[in-house]
Amino acid sequence: MSAKLRDLIKTVRSCKTAAEERAQIAKESAAIRTAMKEEDVEARQRNVAKLLYIHMLGYPTQFGQMECLKLTVSPSYSDKRIGYLGLMLLLDEKQEVLLLATNCIRSDLLNPNQFIVSVALCAFGNICSTAMARVVTPEVENLLKSTNPYIRKKAALCAIRILRKAPDLIENYIKATALLFERNHGVLLTGLTLLIEICEMDPSQIFKFKKVVPQLVRLLRSLVSSGYLPEHDISGVTDPFLQVKILRLMRILGQNDPEASDAMNDILAQVATNTESSKNVGNAILYECVQTIMSIESENGLKVMAINILGRFLLNRDNNIRYVALNTLSRVVNTDIQAVQRHRNTIVECLKDPDVSIRCRALDLIYSLVTEQNIRVLVRELLNFLLISDAQFKSELVAKLCIVTEKYAPSKRWQIDTILRVMSIAGSFIPDEVPSNLIQLISSTPELSSYAVQKLYLALSSDITQQPLTQVGLWCIGEYGDLLVADKSQLPKDEDGLSLNVNESQVLDIIDAVFKNSTTTQVTRQYSLTSLAKLSSRFSQNTLPRIKSMIDIYKKNINLELQQRACEYSTLFDFEQKSSILDRMPPIEKQEESPHIGNQKNIPTQTPPTQNQSLVQSNNNSSNNNNSLIGSLLDDLNSPSVPQQNGGYNQQQQQQQQNSPISLLEDIFGPPLVLQNNNNNNNNSNNNNPYGQAKSNPVTPAGGSSLIDIMGDLSLGSNNNTQHQSQSQHSSPLPLTQSLSPSTPSPMMPVPAPMQLPAFQKHGLSITYEISKPQANNLSLTSINMVISNSNSSAVTDLSIQAAVPKYLKIQLLPPSSTTVPPNNDSEVTQSCKVLKSADKPIILRLKIDFKLNGQVVTELADTPLPSQF
Amino acid sequence: MIHFILVQNRQGKTRLSKWYTPYDDIEKRKLSHEIHKIVNSRESKFTNFVEFRTHRIIYRRYAGLFFSMCVDPTDNELFSLEAIHLFVEVLDAYFGNVCELDLVFNFYKVYAIIDEVFLAGELMEPSKQIVLQRMDFLDNLP
Repeated sequence: MSAKLRDLIKTVRSCKTAAEERAQIAKESAAIRTAMKEEDVEARQRNVAKLLYIHMLGYPTQFGQMECLKLTVSPSYSDKRIGYLGLMLLLDEKQEVLLLATNCIRSDLLNPNQFIVSVALCAFGNICSTAMARVVTPEVENLLKSTNPYIRKKAALCAIRILRKAPDLIENYIKATALLFERNHGVLLTGLTLLIEICEMDPSQIFKFKKVVPQLVRLLRSLVSSGYLPEHDISGVTDPFLQVKILRLMRILGQNDPEASDAMNDILAQVATNTESSKNVGNAILYECVQTIMSIESENGLKVMAINILGRFLLNRDNNIRYVALNTLSRVVNTDIQAVQRHRNTIVECLKDPDVSIRCRALDLIYSLVTEQNIRVLVRELLNFLLISDAQFKSELVAKLCIVTEKYAPSKRWQIDTILRVMSIAGSFIPDEVPSNLIQLISSTPELSSYAVQKLYLALSSDITQQPLTQVGLWCIGEYGDLLVADKSQLPKDEDGLSLNVNESQVLDIIDAVFKNSTTTQVTRQYSLTSLAKLSSRFSQNTLPRIKSMIDIYKKNINLELQQRACEYSTLFDFEQKSSILDRMPPIEKQEESPHIGNQKNIPTQTPPTQNQSLVQSNNNSSNNNNSLIGSLLDDLNSPSVPQQNGGYNQQQQQQQQNSPISLLEDIFGPPLVLQNNNNNNNNSNNNNPYGQAKSNPVTPAGGSSLIDIMGDLSLGSNNNTQHQSQSQHSSPLPLTQSLSPSTPSPMMPVPAPMQLPAFQKHGLSITYEISKPQANNLSLTSINMVISNSNSSAVTDLSIQAAVPKYLKIQLLPPSSTTVPPNNDSEVTQSCKVLKSADKPIILRLKIDFKLNGQVVTELADTPLPSQF
Repeated sequence: MIHFILVQNRQGKTRLSKWYTPYDDIEKRKLSHEIHKIVNSRESKFTNFVEFRTHRIIYRRYAGLFFSMCVDPTDNELFSLEAIHLFVEVLDAYFGNVCELDLVFNFYKVYAIIDEVFLAGELMEPSKQIVLQRMDFLDNLP
């Protein structure tokens, strides 16, 4: 490389501003381009070198690609060297220009000069594409038998690259076992890597390698017992890299094979005891050795030894070692939980580490260590830790705490206590379903309701800023307000100070304080109003004026939802039958496990909340039409429990829904409501009397939820004329529920919630649509992300998906993230497409899927209609 | 397997990048930027491992340079850390007390060295001496 490159680097480095640097680079690029045009062969090498520097700085250099190709075909080694370097830096397997290099690489692999072969191998190994792999594989197979160890080791790694690109060629490389009988460490290392790769890619090949087990044992023994070898010594250990790879292959070969495992026992014990553990290299070997011992059918004594090594790791001062120990322990926790339990205290200590990597690992491990026996101790530790942890970590910790509490709670009382404590420490990090689960728990445990409401009252009297806690508290106070003031025997003795003297006005004081607190959200205010309405029938008559006056304040509130509630409640007080409406809620039945536990199938269900039915049933007795509306109002009391009703959705979606209550409720009520809702916005504003609305209930479109069906029935019973007016003049419970999220202005047309839809499943290949509306203001545009996974044991290659749509749709299909889908659902390939519709008709896609599986070409056609809300 | 190797200084300038998995240029720039942000913010006594998307970053700081490697989460972390160290030792021996400027001015040699140590995302040569001998030999070729 001439001084000219050096000069360029110097000039660029001396530039004081980015603009100056850009100018300098532009000048140089222009010069290089001119030289290229003039076919200046002399300067070609230097120009490419300069281009590479420019590329490293991040400037465009595509124009140099051909120049690199020209250098690679030059006969001179130094030209080839820089040409291949350029090829590796400027191109990758996705670029078509690379195909032009295939022939050049092939002929260079046959070159008698070993240096030329080696640069070609190197470039091939780093950037080869699937097409190239198939063409060049015979040459690489030959080079594996080359007499030069330097070429053999490169060929072995190139073979890995070939197999990653074209897994069906595996059979061609089974003979690579010969590489394990070499003396050269580089060849041994790369040979082992190749065998490991083959085994991981296709486990059915493993049995073919069983015969190398004795050789592996021999190799490892000679490494462990060899004296000082200056060439391979790293901090006193002989070739730790090779040892780790041998142990790794042993792990694969010994799995579920008692015979092979038996042959390894001795040497594993030897490695575990003799390896020096003061340096990183020694620990790398020990770490691999422990993993091997734990996965193969090793002797029990050996397993105990392995866990003890991990225990020692945990006490190590080096954080890296502790990290791998925690990592391994969480992997082996299922095989031997007792042994891991012994290190519990040390693991809990790791929660206090300043490094988030360690803390996360420790938390994961503790999470899997929790059992019914130790939950009290561990949760106490976690709660202590929650007090001091930082915000980033809190949310994860809170989620885990809630899950274990729900799963292993020794008693319901303990569970209520714990969740309350979590909420009062870190209320804002609570997953959305936790408050509703807690309400469900309290309402289904009548014997504890009095206890719970007193605890909550105490919690509220010390802190009303944690919204989820306040909401649950207000719900309970509303429901069980009478128990709160009457029953004083529930709380433990040591907490009695405050509780003994709860009277009605103190309770109202708290609600007043919630109203006045500036951090109170609109949702919490809604809870407060409903709570007040309920209390009006629980408390003595002399509190009624105060309750009325508190509610009256909201009659003029700017928030429509609050205003409507306030108006309706205050009118409710004038009715004689109100007490039956404000009766205690029947116990809320739990429909399923908490959403984050267990696997959920992707079947959208639209089960209406059961409590709605029970409530409305009780209102059925009332002939008064207005009461039915009130019934629906009170449904809002249940709103926190709505997320758990929403059973069938998978977790990801659940989270999205929880983030936006609007879309969540839409899902429950079903798409047909969209139209009505649209009209509502206009109507509500000029209709101040909510009862006026109630008289004209809409005809429920088919497919709507049964809640609305019931409402529809009720109103039909009282007024038969309403049917025809439904589209223009109407009301439904929807506006109430909709404004549950006051921060979001209600959109003219709600955006359908994103959802997943299994679209295609055949030959082990499955395609799932992730459908969403990317733009809220442009509902004709739908974005579909196809997630393709492969459950076969071999990879699907040459995948191509084409899509056809009816005339009223326009489709744009982007290229897939890969044309190869790895086997065993290892990872997924995604391909996204956008659909624009010009008519309000359902979206339907016809897919043509082409792929190769086990060398066979498969073509499939599939029609995939999308749900109507899209 | 190693997905990529990055050598960056404390200001986030990339001195060397080797990609064994194809990413487009925008993605490469984004990855380099994100990784610099992660490794630069970590204290010295923290672990050298950071979970990153679905992979793991193994990094090590030598004076003002961060050597980062993105590996599969199933790989032996300590092994990767040692591999970084091996690479740095080779650089150090080759340039004789290597500094950042050596890497800037001789970037093509650094690439040659990295190709002697790693290939196709795997460690190729475990012995420092053998790599150095080889480099010597190559430098003296016509």
